[in-house]
Amino acid sequence: MLRILSFMIVLLALALPGRAQARDITIDLTDPIVSITTGFTGTDLLLYGAVKQAGDLVVVIRGPARDEVVRRKEKVLGIWVNRDELVFDKVPSYYRIASNRPLNEFMNPTDADRLQIGLDNLDLRAKVSGKLLPEAPYEFREGLIRNLQRIGLYMTKPDNVVFLSEQLFRTRLRFPANVSVGTFTIEVYLFRDNKLQSTATTLLTVRKFGVEAQVYDLAHRYSLAYGVLAVIIAVVAGWAANAAFRKG
Amino acid sequence: MDIYLPIAEMSVNVFAIFGMGAGVGFLSGLFGVGGGFLMTPLLIFTGIPPAVAVATEANQIVAASVSGVLAHWKRGNVDLKMGMVLLIGGVFGSSVGVWLFTVLRELGQVDLVIKLCYVVFLSIIGFLMLAESMRAMMARKRDIPLRQHSHNWMHGLPFKMRFRRSRLYISALLPLAVGVFVGLLAAIMGVGGGFVMVPAMIYLLGMPTSVVVGTSLFQIIFVTANVTVLQSVTNQTVDVVLALILLFGGVIGAQFGARFGGRIRGEQLRGMLALIVLAVCAKLTYDLVATPLDVFSIGLAGH
Repeated sequence: MLRILSFMIVLLALALPGRAQARDITIDLTDPIVSITTGFTGTDLLLYGAVKQAGDLVVVIRGPARDEVVRRKEKVLGIWVNRDELVFDKVPSYYRIASNRPLNEFMNPTDADRLQIGLDNLDLRAKVSGKLLPEAPYEFREGLIRNLQRIGLYMTKPDNVVFLSEQLFRTRLRFPANVSVGTFTIEVYLFRDNKLQSTATTLLTVRKFGVEAQVYDLAHRYSLAYGVLAVIIAVVAGWAANAAFRKG
Repeated sequence: MDIYLPIAEMSVNVFAIFGMGAGVGFLSGLFGVGGGFLMTPLLIFTGIPPAVAVATEANQIVAASVSGVLAHWKRGNVDLKMGMVLLIGGVFGSSVGVWLFTVLRELGQVDLVIKLCYVVFLSIIGFLMLAESMRAMMARKRDIPLRQHSHNWMHGLPFKMRFRRSRLYISALLPLAVGVFVGLLAAIMGVGGGFVMVPAMIYLLGMPTSVVVGTSLFQIIFVTANVTVLQSVTNQTVDVVLALILLFGGVIGAQFGARFGGRIRGEQLRGMLALIVLAVCAKLTYDLVATPLDVFSIGLAGH
């Protein structure tokens, strides 16, 4: 179902810029779904595809957006305490770029800014009591990005897109264990002669699966039942431990 | 072998967590303490979010206390009436504690308050134990009999109640207040509170030492169960997978600890425990005082 949906979106994206450019880029993932199971320690996916005519490629992956609080510590009476805080609106929970060569060699800054390619070009908006600020304070914005880089959710340097021939390309996408669940968008931009030629989009779903999903679901949807169950498990385990070691 | 914790939303090594459970279990079996006050800081040191560490540890203590109380119950070392009064206070105190915890979490100050509580209590308990065990060791050398403490200043309080098993006739307000205070600590620090409860029972209430541990364990079951349910409902921070791994490690470690403990003298044991407590306390203090890696930190809005 999702595969069909993402395929349709790819088709739609290709169809929109004009018939002449249709199917300039075709892309697919080795798996459109990442399942977080008990043994999940992160995963690698392969994005592969073909372009009709050679050019330069940029792949941009964004995780589901969420509001993030950024807090700044200050020293109070010798202890580091959280003081000022700022909420950022709809921050991508994951952001990664891959390209076949350094971006500045084939992309002009205007395009990079417009398409939000590169950490400096991300449109991160802070909000105060529900209202968006025109410009987020620089330190907080940098603090947010730095923290997300440290936990591996934002890229620190672009990944490689490898051309296997003039037309065929592939890139490896890394998703760490702390990746959030939801829908990820993967956009591929094709540049030729420093100009954007065409784009392609596909979707990726990250979800919890199996026991992990059931535990998480129960904890969030039936939290009272979950709490009571947790206590019952503990009581039974405690009693069993006592019984087991009394005999031994 | 790595395992993904569904609530903490991170991947951890099963053997590392199991080993921590076993290690703290060993110490708790050795010293006859709950171990929550060591386990929660250890979980925080390994990178488990403090909110998850505190709530999950409460869940694990339920199991540890059930396991422990059964032996005391068989020997008749549980003062049920005293336990009930303590737990009424404890349930109230821990409910207030979870509410306070939620408010602090929204303000972004919960990590700080947890660590500060630990620093304050661990340093007090650590130094008191160290001083006490040193005095006992010296007294043993010089053959001086130890003085028995008896604080009778609170005998004027109203609502007197008779506690037969403890051979006490004291105001019910006293155990009630002790229960409230320990409940509050249990909710915020993710501990059973035995390290505060036991001295309070002996020195403040004047209970005979034979019933102290059993009665304390009895009321800890209900207080930590209350914390587990309330944390689940308000913060969704109880990770049963994490709790189960800790539990298995803890149960096995405690058995070895208890056997090993028989070979060492009491005051030496307490001296060693005091040093461990002070070491954990020193590490927490260092984390609060040292310049952080990054003065900026992030969290999800509304959490």
